[in-house]
Amino acid sequence: MSPASVEIKTLKIDGRDVGAREDQTILEVALENGIYIPTLCHLEGLTEIGACRICLVEVKGTPKLLPACVTRVQEGMEVMVNSERLQNYRKVIVELLFSERNHICSVCVSNGHCDLQSMAQKLGITHISVPYRHPHMPVDASHERYINDHNRCILCTRCVRVCHEIEGAHTWDVTGRGSQAKVITDLNTAWGESDTCTSCGKCVQVCPTGALSEKGKSVSEMSKRRQFLPYLTLMREGRP
Amino acid sequence: MSKVKVATVWLDGCSGCHMSLLDIDERLIALAEKIDLLYGPLVDAKVFPEWVDVTLVEGAVSSEEDLAKIRKIRAHTKILISLGDCAVTGNVPSMRDVFTVDEVLNRTYVENSDLKQLAPESVVPKLLNKVRPVHEFVNVDIFVPGCPPSADNIFYVLSELLEGRMPDLAMTARFGA
Ligand code: SF4
Ligand code: SF4
Ligand code: SF4
Ligand code: FES
Repeated sequence: MSPASVEIKTLKIDGRDVGAREDQTILEVALENGIYIPTLCHLEGLTEIGACRICLVEVKGTPKLLPACVTRVQEGMEVMVNSERLQNYRKVIVELLFSERNHICSVCVSNGHCDLQSMAQKLGITHISVPYRHPHMPVDASHERYINDHNRCILCTRCVRVCHEIEGAHTWDVTGRGSQAKVITDLNTAWGESDTCTSCGKCVQVCPTGALSEKGKSVSEMSKRRQFLPYLTLMREGRP
Repeated sequence: MSKVKVATVWLDGCSGCHMSLLDIDERLIALAEKIDLLYGPLVDAKVFPEWVDVTLVEGAVSSEEDLAKIRKIRAHTKILISLGDCAVTGNVPSMRDVFTVDEVLNRTYVENSDLKQLAPESVVPKLLNKVRPVHEFVNVDIFVPGCPPSADNIFYVLSELLEGRMPDLAMTARFGA
């Protein structure tokens, strides 16, 4: 993977000098150096897609905010990952996620084990300052073992990616645009009727919220098991 | 020093937040020495007082009566606290927001009832089209999320206010807890 010709770049993150390989992202380098950047759609072991925009950072010399998970390092870059401006944007993004669907944490299967819920807490969000939309979103309980509740989905596409990249089934996709976007199984048919789904449950385990859960789990009972992912990725990469 | 005047109110909620307030347990005695509870489900007062220092609001704004109450309370309160997820987010009561009021009333009073299949037209307050958190109608000074918020968080908020400090719950309270 890393031939001897890989170049080393030096840059500054929050004032600290750090070194990186040229093919690394700002997020990777920050994590390696113990610098925290909040993320939602990123999950180690899956390709990065830059969907959630929580990881936005400021780079000196550009007025745009850049997503750390899909931005490669450059020589001499000066990155700020925790300015007040960024904190405010991150709060707004999370607030918009809460207002867009029906996030009623107190009756959610993932209450207490949810990345969105704990992100809100980490960012110090005590209330949502934009109006709630409460759209009518379906729940698909047709699968023998799992449930898909679109009300809790934040469209991070972790399920889509793990199913395609790790399981190799490509059951999941996204349909629609904007607030009408939805994750679907096969060609928008019921999950329970999917020909491609192997019932492995990887999508359920990587889902950051209560959108995908195991049947029979009630409020607060769905904690996700993600330990398998780095291991599976390693095994795949190890293949000839 | 005169005691701090406190009121509580129960809009569209389950009273769980009030239960959590009582769960402060023996620390209530220390609190009681410093506050006067003037109004709310825990005391027998019919009219909201002219002026209170702190009002704790449980429940979302769901009916015309709730709305009238919260407007009146805001006008007579120095520090208004949204207590619990119903007040803060709309929570469980707001789950009816994906339906119309007619659908909700029909479901409750016609489809699910054997006797007198008719929605009430008097006495019961008229429902608003949507259930909304308190801060969408009036200015809220402090938010205490949680369903219900923990007794410790409620105690912390009240004792900070009594010390003259503004409580900061950002890192200790979360939705749903
Ligand atoms: S998915 Fe997470 S944020 Fe949404 S309701 Fe459930 S616990 Fe709350
Ligand atoms: S179902 Fe879960 S994993 Fe899939 S996009 Fe929605 S939130 Fe992400
Ligand atoms: S926030 Fe929870 S405990 Fe408080 S009134 Fe609402 S449902 Fe009841
Ligand atoms: S983690 Fe970078 S955009 Fe989601």
